[in-house]
Formats: sequence, structure tokens, C-alpha cells
Amino acid sequence: MAKFVAVTLIAIAIGSAIPILLHIWMPPADISTHGHLIDAQMADTMVEAGICFIAAQLILAVFIWLAASRPSGYKIRNFPGGSFVLVLAAFFLVGTEVLALGFFGTKAWANIYFTPPSADSLPVQVQAGQFAFYFRYPGPDGKFGPIHPEMINEANQNLFGIDVDHDQDAKDDIVTAEMGVPANKEVHLLMHSKDVGHSFYVRELRIQQDFVPGLDLSLHFTATKTGRYEIVCTQLCGLGHYNMKAYLNVMSPTDYDSWIKQQAALQ
Amino acid sequence: MHDVSSHVGHHAPPQGFFRKYVFSLDHKVIGKQYYGLGLLAVLIGMVLSWLMRIHLIAPNATIPGLKWLSSTGAPGGVMTPEYYLQLMTMHGTLMVFFVLTTVPLAGFGNYFLPIQIGAEDMAFPRFNMMSFWATFVGFCVLIAAFFVGDGPPLSGWTAYAPLSVLAGAGPGQAMGQTLWAVSIAIFCIGQLLGSLNFITTTLDLRTKGMMLMRMPLSTWAWFITSCIGLLAFAVLLPACILLILDRVAGTSFFVPSHLVISDQVISNHSGGSPLLWQHLFWFFGHPEVYIAILPAIGIVSHILINSYRRPLLSHRVVIYSMIAIGFLSYMVWGHHMFVSGMSPYSAVVFSFPTLAITIPATLITLIWIGSLYGAKLEVTSASLFALGFVSMFVTGGLSGFFLAQPSIDVYLHGTYFVVGHFHMVMGVAAIFGMFAGTYFWAPKMFGRMMSETLGKVHFWCTFVGAYCIFMPFHYLGLAGNVRRYSAFVDDYLQPLLPAHKFITFAALFTGAAQLIFLYNLVRSRFAGPPADENPWHGTSLEWATSSPPPWDNFGGRAPVVYHDPYQYGIEASSGDYVMQNSPEQIQTVREDKSLL
Amino acid sequence: MATTIDAPPSIKNPASGTRRVQHIGPETPSTGIWIGLAAITMTFAAFTSAMVVRNGSAPDWRHFSFPPILYLNTVVLIASSLTLRMGQSRYLRLVSGIADSVSVVRALYGTLALGCLFVVGQYAAWLQLRWEGIYLATNPSSSFFYLFTALHASHVIGGLLGLIYVTSKLHRGILYKSTLDAASRYWHFMGVLWLYVLGLLWFRI
Repeated sequence: MAKFVAVTLIAIAIGSAIPILLHIWMPPADISTHGHLIDAQMADTMVEAGICFIAAQLILAVFIWLAASRPSGYKIRNFPGGSFVLVLAAFFLVGTEVLALGFFGTKAWANIYFTPPSADSLPVQVQAGQFAFYFRYPGPDGKFGPIHPEMINEANQNLFGIDVDHDQDAKDDIVTAEMGVPANKEVHLLMHSKDVGHSFYVRELRIQQDFVPGLDLSLHFTATKTGRYEIVCTQLCGLGHYNMKAYLNVMSPTDYDSWIKQQAALQ
Repeated sequence: MHDVSSHVGHHAPPQGFFRKYVFSLDHKVIGKQYYGLGLLAVLIGMVLSWLMRIHLIAPNATIPGLKWLSSTGAPGGVMTPEYYLQLMTMHGTLMVFFVLTTVPLAGFGNYFLPIQIGAEDMAFPRFNMMSFWATFVGFCVLIAAFFVGDGPPLSGWTAYAPLSVLAGAGPGQAMGQTLWAVSIAIFCIGQLLGSLNFITTTLDLRTKGMMLMRMPLSTWAWFITSCIGLLAFAVLLPACILLILDRVAGTSFFVPSHLVISDQVISNHSGGSPLLWQHLFWFFGHPEVYIAILPAIGIVSHILINSYRRPLLSHRVVIYSMIAIGFLSYMVWGHHMFVSGMSPYSAVVFSFPTLAITIPATLITLIWIGSLYGAKLEVTSASLFALGFVSMFVTGGLSGFFLAQPSIDVYLHGTYFVVGHFHMVMGVAAIFGMFAGTYFWAPKMFGRMMSETLGKVHFWCTFVGAYCIFMPFHYLGLAGNVRRYSAFVDDYLQPLLPAHKFITFAALFTGAAQLIFLYNLVRSRFAGPPADENPWHGTSLEWATSSPPPWDNFGGRAPVVYHDPYQYGIEASSGDYVMQNSPEQIQTVREDKSLL
Repeated sequence: MATTIDAPPSIKNPASGTRRVQHIGPETPSTGIWIGLAAITMTFAAFTSAMVVRNGSAPDWRHFSFPPILYLNTVVLIASSLTLRMGQSRYLRLVSGIADSVSVVRALYGTLALGCLFVVGQYAAWLQLRWEGIYLATNPSSSFFYLFTALHASHVIGGLLGLIYVTSKLHRGILYKSTLDAASRYWHFMGVLWLYVLGLLWFRI
């Protein structure tokens, strides 16, 4: 029986490693300027965790195999070095490994979150509400009109609660259901929630950030490849959570200009 | 150390059916009551998980019987998206609170801690009884949520505000959510009373010769876990109170201003902070998951030593590591909130202790594996599950390694990778600890042996099945599969559906295999071969009394302890071991006097 | 004629007219109460941090001055700790056989009376606030005022029940020292906790 356990452990270890080695289910190709740091961190961690995983399961399997078939009269032996060696291994090997990962990972994290958006980034506002994302562009004046929550009305499509009649800045605001951005231009995403907690997740951009009701949060990113990508909600927000998504269209600058003009005309 | 026999007289032997089996002050009965409650909860939780898995691969399927449970949640037997989330919330709540916090700690701990330290009962038997009945009432209040108004809440076991505060935010968020909060608050009180008992008992009621370092590892684990739980549940209770006040008394602890639901501005709340709920909840929530795993670590250590027929390479290192885990567990809660909107600088601060917890956890694992080197291995159902635990703990722990780093968490947060991680450590490893404990201790608790053949079949089905269910979760997470979705409609999720089908079938198969365990448990309880005092040739004090023990554990004569807890692998009159309370002088295996 | 020197009164040889009490018992209540106090401390710490965070999360905190009766209640509660302290030392004398259990009982009743007066006084403070139109949900500051005072008062009521239990055990002659110590420690902690709450409210509310 113990030998079966050992063999099963080895099979599980190898079987689990196969999809990783064959890249069967992997993050999609990165289209952001900061994502490569995350991907590098992920790859490093995968290698280290993978080695530890396989080694641990293998060694456990071997020891189980050996331990279960001892002859009678067998005298117990100690692991060479006893617990002292293991304490050293845990502190120094594991400790160094985690410190290194922590240190390098901080650089990747800092790249996304510690740097402020550049002055000429494109501001886009996104509002998350049960169960859709809506986007607002400031228009030629570069300013967003104030939001009046009491004016939010899905029926007459006043999704942001803006008052075009009385707020000067709101007159040229462009509200869209899909997010369009030009490639290779930094976007400053201004996030707020209409009702409960939501989250903004674009796999290809390697960004994820919660919307916290009552807080104005922001992210910035630069997309490098044109295409149509899904923005999905990753924070449980109610019954429509599974269906809450929008599309991000990364376009060439000329395409973006014509798109934004089109959207302005539809307001 | 004064003679503990003068502490006799907590209570006389119970008379009458109610005193003996229902409102019992006997820690053994209370332990079994907790175990039974946990068993009921895990069966319900498991059925809920089947319903969830079936819905995920067939959202429009008619599930027989479901419309009787809820005609609004599943009209005609077809589960609605909200009902999926409601079942998911109940699944998580039942499993985390009423299974993982209940069985390994309150169940086995209540039964065996006093016996392993040579005491007659817990320090406060009446508080002990109260703690069980509080837990039971909490359970009933929670289950009641299935049968009120819109049904149970849908905000997950994490109940983030404002979703969990605003009744209009979804079905189940009115009465269901209030019942949830009340249930958990009552549960906290039960746990606090339980922790009080465990800690006081361990400190004060050890028998003569039972120094702290001579306590078995399972006792140490229960003691450390109770210390963690005392402080953790003392924070969850305020969180639940604040939640209840926000819901029913019009306060605004967690709800900010200007929220709009269904085009209506929420005007009776303002200025609150949803992040406050997250901080309070996770300050409890992270220690909670160590409360879920540490008793299993203790139980598995205890069983492995018995199966290895030798003590671990270092008893003290395991104890110090468990203490380190307990201590560090209070410093890491922010790793659940890396992308929550809290300061990104805090994220860095939280990630380092999170990574550092790897060290004591690795140390314990290395000691388990290293102690197997050169040892023997008695293969029993209990030891198989204990070894399975080691494998699962490694797997689950390593996936945590990814999530501990904020930069990687940016991608993996909210995906199935997280779900895979915590199911591996809690939903599999901790459950394996419970199974191992059951197979090991059932002979002592019931006086009858369980069937080893059925136990081994149960192990194989569950071990292979659990890996088949939860390993794919990690791959799905790497592909970006978002969690808590009731259906997979996004474009990028479509290629992942075959994996989900595989998982569902594995889950149904593994769930069905648990019937083998149930049958084994029930049948052997009534018709199993009688067990003698020490069927596994163990050294600790639970094996120094009859199976099952008499009402005062040791027949009125408190044992005296002469040895460290794990004197195996020696030549003694009874075989390759000597019991803790045996006065026999032997060439001991490194009586633990040094640091290591 | 032989002279005898009488030994001083002791547990084995009590002074006439006194009633002994069985005072040696398990130490567990004494240990247990420390653990209980740790949990209570943690609970109040959690509410304190909730208050700090809530104060900083929005500009809607409105200060108000709390009813001056709170100061009177503070004096009452401190006085009850003093009477309990008296009761504790009288108990030690009772155990040594040089005092009467009646004196202990009187001190305990005094503590109970002052404790009840405290709770009533707290309720009066609430009535005062309600008369001014300040309720639980009026403002986050008032929410925390009611929350902290209610929480403390409910624990005080628990302490009163504990003292009643102690008194009944004393009447039956089976009050262990550790039980009295545990109940007393809890009660004195209620006083300390109240001073903390009062300070917190004074600075923040």
C-alpha cells in the first residue's frame, strides 16, 4: 500500500507539472508596459515553487517507499544533521528565497503603484455599478463635469448623473459603454463606484484594482497592442456579477481620434 | 504543582438521559456533540458545493428537488444566478465556521485535551456546555436563513460592505444577511468561551509531571490555536455588531454617502468606510485560517509520530514554529487587501510577514519529512490521511507563495487560483487532518475499531479525487478565470469549460466516496470489533485509559507523568515504546533538554 | 499554676463568634479571568480602531459634549472598587479567623449597590442625550458614544452577576479565594476600562 502511495505522489507531482511546462493554461500575452515585470516575477516564483513542489512530493514518496518496507529488528536512524540542518535550511534557504522574491517583487509593484501618472496622460473615468461599467471622457475642455448622484437615471441614460444644462464642464463630456484608448499612450483611469464594491480587471494589461464606494481611486497604464480585450468585474457585487463586463478597445491614434469624435456625436 | 485530584468535584457522575447526553458537562460528550454538529455542517456544505458545481457546467439544468428548497431561488428547479451566490455564501460560512473551526479544535480538542494532560475535565465545564449550545444556536440561526424571505445572503462568507449592509443590493440581503450576522456573532461568543476553557485548562490542570514541554503536539496545537482564537474572535464580534447596527439601527460605519441603487439615492447612510469592514474582517479572517489549520497540524504530527514509531527530529522546533505561525498570523491580514484600494505602501508592509510565514511552515514540513527518513511506517487509514495531509499542505502552501507577492496578486487576485489555494489548505488538508483524527481516535471515543479496508478505500478515492478537483483550479486561475461567477459567459472563459466539467465530475465522485466514510463511521460505532485500551501502541495519556474512558477519564486516579510524550523506537517491556505515565526507566530517545 | 498563652485566632482555632469559610479551591477562576480580560481588551481595541478609522474616513464627525453625569458615575464606580477592595481584605481576615463574614457581606452589598447605581447613572446619561435629540444614528460620534457606553455597561452587568454569585457562595460558606479574586479582578478592570472609555470619549467625542 505504501508503495502505491509513493507512486501516486510522484504521478501527481509530474501530472501537475505538465500543464505548466506545456503552457496549457497561461496568462494571455501581456500588452502593457509594466506587465513584463509581473510576468518575470511570476516566472521566477513558478520555477522556485515548482522545484520545491516536485522535490517535496518526490522526497516524501521516496521516504514513504523506504520506510514502509523495513526488515524486522530494524533500528531507527536519524536524518543526518538532525533538526539543526533543517532549521538552517528553512531559515537560510527559504528565508533568502522569500526575501529575494519580496524585494524584487516590490520593484514590480512600485512600478505600477508608486509612480504617479504622467502629466499628459489621457484621463478616462470609469464608473462601476450593478452590473455594468460605463466610461466618461472629458471632451475638448479636458474637464469632467461634477456628478450628481440624484440625477442618475438608467431609463433616460443619464448614467453618470451629469447635468449638461447647468454644469459648463459637463457639456462636452462623452459617456460610452465601451472603453477606447489609443495604443502607446498613458491612460489615467479614474475609478469610482455607484453602489457596492466592484473591481476592474483586464488580464492582458496585468491590472486589477477594486472600486471602493466612497473613495476615488485611480490607476494608470499604457497599452501597447491594438485589439479588443475584456474588462471583467472581480469583486462580488450581486447577482449580475458574472455578467458584469465591458470591452476595452486599444486603437491606433488615428482610429482613436475618429472613434472619440463618433462617440461625441452620439451624446 | 499541586495535586490535581483536589480539583475533583466539578460535578458528580451524570444521571438521567438529558444530563448524560444532551446538557452534559462532560468534555467528552461535548466533544462528540461538536463533532456531530461539524459532521452535519460538512454534509450540508458538501451538498451545496455539488449544487454549485453542477450549475457552473449546466446553468440551465433542472436540478431535482431544488425547487422545494426555494421556489424563488430555483423556479422549476433551475438555479438563478443569485441563488448560486446564496448557496456559495452558505457553503463558505458553514465550512469555515461550523466545520473547520469546530471539528479539529472544539471537537477533538474538547475530547482529548483534558485526557492528554491527565485532567478529569475542562476547567469550566459549565462554560464548556454553554459554548457548545451557543455554537448550536448559531448554526440554527444560520440555517434559518435558507427559509426566510429571499433566502440566504449572497455576499460571500466575507460579507463585504456595502453589499452586506444594503438590503436593496440583492436578494437575500435583507433578513438573510441579518440572520447571518447574528449567527456569526453568537458563534463568536461560543468560540470565546471555548478558548477561555482550553487555555485555562492547559495552564492549570496538567497532572503531576506533565510539564508544558511534555504535552503532546496535538495539545500544544489546541492551546496555541485557542490563544489565537481568543483574540481573533474578539475582533469579529465587534465587526458583526457594527454590521448589525448599520443594517438595523441606521448607523453608518461601513456605508459611504451618495450611493445609488436602482436609481434611488441611499439617503439614510453616509460617511462610512467599506475598507473598515475589510480591515476588521481580515484582522480576524487571517488568524482564522490558521485556527483552521493548526489543530490539524498538531493532530497530524501526533499521528505521524505514532506511525513512524519514532519521535520527531525536534519536538521543540515544531512547537516554536506553531507559536511563530500564530504570532505572525496577526501581522498579515492586509494581504487579502492588496488591490482593495488601501495604500500601496501598506501592501509592501504586509507582504513581508506573509512571505516570512513560509519559514515556520516549511520548517514543520521539513521536520515531518525529515523524521520519516530512517523511520518505520505503520500504514493505517489514519497514517495515510496524515501523509496525504503533508502532501496537500505542501501544495496549498506553495500556491500561497504566489499570492503573498502583491505584484503577482495583481493578476491572480479574485481568480480561481485563490480558490484553489485556500481549498487545498483548508478544504483538503484540514479535512484530511479531521479524517486522520477520526480514524486514529474513533477506537478511543467509541470503544470500537473502524474498518481499515473501508478506510483505505476512502483514502484513495478522496486523495486522488481532491487533487483532481483542486489542482485544476490553479490552472484556471493562471488563465484568469474569475471567481464567484455563477456562470461563465465571458469570451475568454469559453475554452476553460472542459476543465470545469472535469472538476465537477471529480467533485461528485469524491463527494460520493465520502459515503464510504459515513458508513464506516456509523457501522463501526454500533457493530465494529471492540477496541482495547491502546490499539495503536501509543504513548500519550489518552491510551492509558479504557476505550471509551470512564466519566472522570482516569477512574479517579490521576496519572503521573514520567516521560516526554513520544518515547518510541526504544526497547521497553511493552515493545518499541513506553507510555508517558509508565514509571519504567528506559534508555530514552533524547529527553528534550536542549533547545533543539 | 501553669500559665497558658493563648495562640492567636487562626483557621484551626478561630476566634469565637466568627464563621469560617472554605477558601482553598481550584486556581482556575483566577487564571481564567485574565484570559477573559484579554478578550475584552481586544474587543474594546477593535472598537477603538473602528472609531479612529471612521473619524478619518469622512468629514461628517460632529463633536458634542457628553452629559456631566458621567463624571458622577465615574466616582460611583471607583467607590465601588474601593468597597470591593475592603471586602477582599476583610475576606482575608475572615479566612484567618479574625473577622466575621458579615463584614465581608456588607462590603459586597456596598459594591453591588454602587455598581447598580453606576448602571442607572449611565442610563440617565442616555436619557439626557435623547432629550437633547442625540440618538444612536444621529452622527458617527454619537454612534460610538452609545456603543462604548452600552458595551461597558453590559460588561458591568456581567460583573454584577459575578458578584451576586460570589455573595451567594459566601453565604453558603464555600467561597474560594480564587473565585473572589477573579470576580474582584474583573470588577476592578471594569473601573480601569471605564476610565479608558471616558478618556476616549472626552478626547474624541
